[in-house]
Amino acid sequence: MSPKKKVLVANGQGFWGDSILGPVRLLREGPLDYLTLDYLAEVTLSIMQKQRSRDARAGYATDFVRLVERVLPQLVEKNVKVVANAGGVNPHACKDALLSSIGHAGHSGVKVAVVEGDDVLERLDALLQQGEEFKNLDTGRPLAEVRDRVLSANVYLGAFPIAEALGQGAQIVLTGRCTDPSLVLGPLVHEFGWTAADVAQLASGTVAGHIVECGAQCTGGNFTDWRAVPDLAMVGYPIVEASPDGTFVVTKHAGTGGLCTVDTVRHQLVYEMGDPRRYLTPDCVADFTSARLTQQGPERVLVDGVRGKPATGTYKVSISYLAGWKAAGELTISGPDALEKARLCARIVWERLAYDGFHYGQDERLEEYVGAGACHTGVAGGEDADPVEVVLRLGVKGPDRAKVDRFGSELVPLVTSGPPGVTGFAGGRPKASEIVGFWPALVRKEQVHARVSVFTS
Amino acid sequence: MKVKLDRIATARSGDKGEGSNVGLMARSDVAYAFLKEVLTAERVHAHLSGINRGTVTRYEADNLRALNFLLSDSLGGGGSASLRTDAQGKTHGLALLRLELEVPEEVLAATPAPG
Repeated sequence: MSPKKKVLVANGQGFWGDSILGPVRLLREGPLDYLTLDYLAEVTLSIMQKQRSRDARAGYATDFVRLVERVLPQLVEKNVKVVANAGGVNPHACKDALLSSIGHAGHSGVKVAVVEGDDVLERLDALLQQGEEFKNLDTGRPLAEVRDRVLSANVYLGAFPIAEALGQGAQIVLTGRCTDPSLVLGPLVHEFGWTAADVAQLASGTVAGHIVECGAQCTGGNFTDWRAVPDLAMVGYPIVEASPDGTFVVTKHAGTGGLCTVDTVRHQLVYEMGDPRRYLTPDCVADFTSARLTQQGPERVLVDGVRGKPATGTYKVSISYLAGWKAAGELTISGPDALEKARLCARIVWERLAYDGFHYGQDERLEEYVGAGACHTGVAGGEDADPVEVVLRLGVKGPDRAKVDRFGSELVPLVTSGPPGVTGFAGGRPKASEIVGFWPALVRKEQVHARVSVFTS
Repeated sequence: MKVKLDRIATARSGDKGEGSNVGLMARSDVAYAFLKEVLTAERVHAHLSGINRGTVTRYEADNLRALNFLLSDSLGGGGSASLRTDAQGKTHGLALLRLELEVPEEVLAATPAPG
């Protein structure tokens, strides 16, 4: 196979819950070689582990199967390949559901690949015994502190297993946990034959993946100068037009809404950024300060000049654990004197709970006055001392579930036993829900084995 | 002249562990040089002390005309532990853009105002 000159890789899903119109319109409104979809936020895998523990066939992004059912005719007709981390903690169940749907729709011969090996929950104790410490990257604490409360443990895999799956002829590649940029980098590695030694290209493809990984956030969504963005309703999701040397253009389909400029693209480059000179992935260390952005034409931003360094010897592992319980609830308080009355309501709730023996420390409780400055508390210009109405939001958290639940029963009584104008209690009594904590750690690469298998409908 | 930061810069923010990052992007080369000089981590720390209980670290990306501020404890708990409305720091960028500062006339003249 001779390498293509240009490859079009789009991202149609920035997170689980993003609009289905992103991928639907990417396939409908212009040319495309690859469609990537990101379903896994940090908290998602712990939820999926719980689903799988109740049902052996659950634990993946069911939305993905419904999306493929809807767009299958276009996928097949245009021969667009799909890379999605929809497999969650049960990629084979996802694959089975997918193959069944594809079969029902009458399409045979569609190849679906599964990338696995990221899920190390079952191996955690064995790995600890072999000397992997899983020290918390932020605090340096040993995993033993939370070991008995661990909910999930997944390694962030990189682009090469995805490229391998595509090399085996897969039209749809399902992964569990992998880095967000690798969904884009994987197809580029496959198409252009890049190796681990092609550090500049890998770094450039990583930057490309980072730019598009949050969907419309690089094409006009969540943009400071929002008045300048036309037709956000019909915003076009981003497409990377990549070249074999690693340079690429960020663009979107002609005629779609939104905005693709140096400004909208650099907004996304700084998103979720730590040290911009050292963006660590399993495939390379990318230097975001080396990227050069040029407006090449309307809705086209050229990115070149990206440099990088070889990858480190470790993978990042995201371990989630049960970190306690929390509950929060809201009431709306109308004016006159909305804020003053809301502050009284908060005092009443804490005082009644204290009367019953339930005390919550400063770090265990939250008081917010939405409409009077909840987002920008204490910031000059970020608060309003006399809003016409306010949403009082109270919450508590802690290790004791019963104590958290007790709080929930003192919010709604304010409607009849507080000051006048308290309403909006339709949500009822807040209940305790689990807090999922994260334990970022490293594991040596030789301990992790990514596996690829391909199935045909 | 005293102006709000959004006259000469834009921003985007999001969660990062138990904290958040605020990427601040200057609207012109002149504005970037000015902000690099005056918008120290200490100044951002003071402005956002109602939101962030931790430290502020500053990184520079000249190619993007951007300063990246890392707030270490700005969510009221990491993971799903935050009780706040803005549990992911999505609005911290706009909070920084509320900062009022004295900007020289020549910087303003060389920096296009938001459309």
